[in-house]
Amino acid sequence: MLPWLLLLLPLCSAAVNQLYLKRNAFLASMLSVASVVVTLIVSFLLLGKTDGGPSYSWISIGDFQLPIQLKLDALSTGMMIVVTGIGALVHIFSLAYMAEDGAKARFFTCLSLFMFSMTGIVLAGNFIMTFIFWELVGLSSYLLIGHWYEKDSAADAANKAFMVNRVGDFGFLIGILLTFGLTGTFVFDDMKVGLNNFAALHPDLVGGLLAAAILCVFCGAVGKSAQMPLHVWLPDAMEGPTPVSALIHAATMVAAGVYMLFRVQLSLGAEAFEGVAGNAIAWVGGFTSLCAALMATQQNDIKRVLAYSTLSQLGYMVMAVGLGGAEAGMFHLFTHAWFKALLFLGSGAVIYACHHEQDIWKMGGLIKKMPITTLTFAIGTAALIAVPFVTSGFYSKEEILATAYAKNKILFGIAVFVAFLTTFYMTRAFVVAFLGKPRDHGSDHAHEVGPLMLAPLCLLALMAIGSSWLTKPLSAVDPRLIHHAEEHAEGHLLILGLSAAALVLGLLAGFLLYRGKDKDPIDLPLLQNRFYIDVVYEKGVVKLLQDGLAALIHFLDVWVINGLLVGGSARLSQSFGNLFRRAQAGNLQGYAFLLGIGVVLVIYFTTFWN
Amino acid sequence: MLLALVLIPILAALAILGGAQARMAALVAAGLNLALGIAAALQPAAPFWSISCSVLSRPDIHLALGLYDGMSVVMLLLAVIVTLAAVLSGKAPEGREKLYYASSLLISAGAIGAFVATDLFFFYAFHELALIPTFLMIGILGRGDRRAIAWKITLYLGFGSLILLAGLLWLAHVAGTFSIPEMLARGPVDAASQKGIAALLIVGFGILVSLFPFHSWAAPAYASAPAPTAMLHAGVLKKFGLYGLLRLAIPLLPSGMHAWLTPLCVLLLGNILWVGFVTLNQRRLDGVLGHSSVMHMGYIFLAIAALAASPMNDLALPAAVLLMFAHGISIALGFGLADRIERKTGSLDFADLGGLAKPAPGLAFLFGLATMASIGLPGLANFAGEVMVFVSSFRNYLPAEGMGPVQITCVLAIWGVVISAVYGLRAFRRTFHGPTRPSTETATDLSLCERAPSLLLAGVLLAVGIFPNLLLSLLQ
Repeated sequence: MLPWLLLLLPLCSAAVNQLYLKRNAFLASMLSVASVVVTLIVSFLLLGKTDGGPSYSWISIGDFQLPIQLKLDALSTGMMIVVTGIGALVHIFSLAYMAEDGAKARFFTCLSLFMFSMTGIVLAGNFIMTFIFWELVGLSSYLLIGHWYEKDSAADAANKAFMVNRVGDFGFLIGILLTFGLTGTFVFDDMKVGLNNFAALHPDLVGGLLAAAILCVFCGAVGKSAQMPLHVWLPDAMEGPTPVSALIHAATMVAAGVYMLFRVQLSLGAEAFEGVAGNAIAWVGGFTSLCAALMATQQNDIKRVLAYSTLSQLGYMVMAVGLGGAEAGMFHLFTHAWFKALLFLGSGAVIYACHHEQDIWKMGGLIKKMPITTLTFAIGTAALIAVPFVTSGFYSKEEILATAYAKNKILFGIAVFVAFLTTFYMTRAFVVAFLGKPRDHGSDHAHEVGPLMLAPLCLLALMAIGSSWLTKPLSAVDPRLIHHAEEHAEGHLLILGLSAAALVLGLLAGFLLYRGKDKDPIDLPLLQNRFYIDVVYEKGVVKLLQDGLAALIHFLDVWVINGLLVGGSARLSQSFGNLFRRAQAGNLQGYAFLLGIGVVLVIYFTTFWN
Repeated sequence: MLLALVLIPILAALAILGGAQARMAALVAAGLNLALGIAAALQPAAPFWSISCSVLSRPDIHLALGLYDGMSVVMLLLAVIVTLAAVLSGKAPEGREKLYYASSLLISAGAIGAFVATDLFFFYAFHELALIPTFLMIGILGRGDRRAIAWKITLYLGFGSLILLAGLLWLAHVAGTFSIPEMLARGPVDAASQKGIAALLIVGFGILVSLFPFHSWAAPAYASAPAPTAMLHAGVLKKFGLYGLLRLAIPLLPSGMHAWLTPLCVLLLGNILWVGFVTLNQRRLDGVLGHSSVMHMGYIFLAIAALAASPMNDLALPAAVLLMFAHGISIALGFGLADRIERKTGSLDFADLGGLAKPAPGLAFLFGLATMASIGLPGLANFAGEVMVFVSSFRNYLPAEGMGPVQITCVLAIWGVVISAVYGLRAFRRTFHGPTRPSTETATDLSLCERAPSLLLAGVLLAVGIFPNLLLSLLQ
């Protein structure tokens, strides 16, 4: 029953908060924190376990079953540590960050709902269960982005996140159904057998159908993990409170797409990702990581810099999965979760201290005002830009680069360039926000934040350095995955050299360009406006295609279908009706007329009954 | 005892017209019926439910009521639950209480009768009985251009009923009986007439369920109808057509339905995609709700199409019934709450609404739940139904032979989940989010009394969403 505790505790906490503690924010927040701390302990107890406990029959029709079943293996228990660990720290941070918020109880209710949903994705034993909780994390993300729903921007961002994700889910659902058609099952553990049976019967068809199914499933990951072209919701999602950005929109939920892909790869076999499907996935990931890193170099909102950085790093992971190096991708997911949560919470502390100022050009000199926050932020930055040997990010990024080097040299080149860009934009953000002199009243009067915020920052900073030593649990999952690590040993020095060069160049460029500056010396509207992708979506896809089409179809519906078909028939019967009754119009008479025809029909029919 | 379920609301309606305190009588009748309905669901096999007495010997027509199978039980449950909620949330205009509550009860009685009738004649007649008070409510108590709308739906549904009547009579003729259980026991009817009968039934029932392109009556009618009428018609009575197709056309006309498979697929896509886009362009909350209810009929038709393609599909029927129930409850919740919004703010036009979540968080929560149900969020009944419909479409899919019409339709239909998310969330956003407006800032939240009907419906949605087997076990 222990695994079920992971799922049910946050659910109970959310339910109790919603039903009984709406007006008692303190108790509500304490209950949420308690539940997440207990689940963290349970997650540790479950490390290495494989017994998911009893399953619950959600839908059963005859011999058809859709159970809620928990799957425990190295992958899911490892991921649970990330989810509950970062979850616990973010909950504690939020106690201070959201202390003065009027809707604190609602905030913690939603956080608990999120913990429940995310746990469901991680522990899902079948595809339908994944989809159920996939939608539920979407809901909690929607609720939390829209936490300050009175603000139009927050309400719009929440809607955007949900809708864009639904576009991805369109493909995801089709992919789930196609996989069901191919393997005859939704259960991850049985997929391989079903697939082999099908392959034995139709060896010529299986490749194409499998690639189609995987690409459709991938659409779901494109939405949830914000890959191009469905990345547009994630930067807007920064409208939510910053702890939410750290937990949901950086560390855990957005990584669910990568996690799901890896789960599918384990279930169907790594060879299923070879060929078209894997290539397409790798290129989408590589392209996303490049474009997002470019956009990050010209953002001025500290949270947006981090948001685009998240996009870019997710692109790395997706690329690795597509190249067959899912282990590398998952490894990066594990390390990235900690240091990106650290960076977001650090930015949250800065925003809090600067009276909700998010523009880095209005900050500056924070190193003197908030030394501990600055130090932790620096550690997070070091992990993200992969300072060799001392940070966790270095090891995981190295594995991704090695995978790319072994499989696809062009993508490898892109990945190295992205590493340079990453160093550059993070140096820029750090130099502008933390060094130099305060540029604004807010940053001039900033104070170090309280211990409730500093403690999570320090713990996360430790993890940013050490998580690579603690969490490398994946090799236990599938022995085939280890081979990749051995294959590319020969390029090791070259990879190390290139990534070190990218790091040094990025640091130099960042320092030289931005040190002591009061405004951005580089002005690239193309990048500031994010390649105008959002504009194209808003004006082209939403306004023109969707709303325009809707208006056109509505017009046709009213004037053609209603006007001709219905109006015509109505006029016809009306004129019939006029034959039978006086000019006065009344609906009951019309109905009586029709009923009369009915009666005549019945009489006629019964007379000729044989 | 099923006769009691039909007679209680009729007698209560008569008592109301005779001078009984209207709301109280209606509540008592609806409450009694709910209790009886639950009892029927708990003990559907008990012999005392059914009744049969001869009314006419040539042709042989019986007043026969019975719980033929789980589908009748589920529909009965839907009817009694929504009836209680509709009566609870109703608020009659001054001096119109008699008409208001008596009509609601008569609609309910007709719907219940149609779902439990085991004689073709009464199956049809009960539905007609329910239509008359529907027309009256719209024509007399409706909003907007009520006379024109009442006239339109009268003609439209009357016309549909007429086509349906022709189809049913033809069916009874070739089956040689009016008794539905007897027909089903005899199995599919003569193959030569199947195609013709199927066409009449699809169009006849289709008009009653607002199958594309016969949907134009629905949204204006729901927008104009008083809340209990919209709840009862969209939630319960409209399901009569789907119930009829599942009850009669699928088992009795397999080859006939199969012959119309492709046209049916095209029409149901019309519901989902065409009407879906029409919904996107609505500027009023009631317009969104009305059109969305038309749109969602498409998914139930998809399950019917899966059955038409292969009557052996063991998932499609439970899926369709589950979704009918879920949709009935959720749309009743939506219409009931929209009525509250209009009473509190004086408008359902998005231009006047906004920020309502601030002054009325309880209302926002419940309406959010209704929205999430209708856009298919897990945990609520509609998701279980929709997922089962999609899965059932792929139940007999053989990848080696490529996709059939049902699978292709299903893939296209899934785009509907995107469309409904867009219009559902937009409507919620325009009504409840953003800064408050003059019409919304003074609005009050729901009182406990006002919450009661919504809590009943929301509770059912949650219970069935989390434990769909509660309903599905009735169908085994």
